Amino acid sequence: MSVNPEELKARIEAGIPGARAQVSGDGAHFSAVVEAPAFAGLSRIAQHKLVYEIFGAELGDRIHALSLKTQVPGAAEQVGAAARPAQKEEAR
Amino acid sequence: MSDQASNPMREAIQEAIGQNHVILFMKGTPEAPACGFSARTVAILQSLEVPFAAVDVLPDPRIRQELSALSGWPTIPQLFIDGELIGGCDIVTEMYQSGELQQALGVAAKAGPEPEQPQAEPLSIENRLS
Repeated sequence: MSVNPEELKARIEAGIPGARAQVSGDGAHFSAVVEAPAFAGLSRIAQHKLVYEIFGAELGDRIHALSLKTQVPGAAEQVGAAARPAQKEEAR
Repeated sequence: MSDQASNPMREAIQEAIGQNHVILFMKGTPEAPACGFSARTVAILQSLEVPFAAVDVLPDPRIRQELSALSGWPTIPQLFIDGELIGGCDIVTEMYQSGELQQALGVAAKAGPEPEQPQAEPLSIENRLS
């Protein structure tokens, strides 16, 4: 019943091709940084919607809150440098 | 099953979004936000001294239901500028930090928060329906 960050990370990475996610949270409130090539050319709204769509009605219910930061891999991003995803090896 | 014939709640929401340059759907009111994300979004708008309309989604669960169906956005708060969904707390915060929000609102970046301007009464969509 309870949600853990690993589950969210796995579902985001499975739901968006090539995505890399870093998720933290306490079982109800989560914070995710998601990097995906699929975000290229999309508005923030559209990027966040891609992530929200993975969880559907679970958002606001089982997953009480999901704070999101999305970015395109390689894009120079100055804001929130502390929240940058750790470099991980991942063959896709 | 959704009622196709008439949906006064959705119409009221659509009308409110269309009629207000800046409108925030939130939990609670600007004076008494009932959620940290709503509070943070209100604080940003207030720091920019932008007059905005506010709708509390808590009094009637249908407001949130219809709003999310309309906007395709699952969470609250939701900020609209000129009829267009800008985003929730995360996006508003990010856009505020980058200056994009100020641009979208047509205000210059302020050095710091200043005393609030008097605001319009929060809109009560549920009242207009009962």
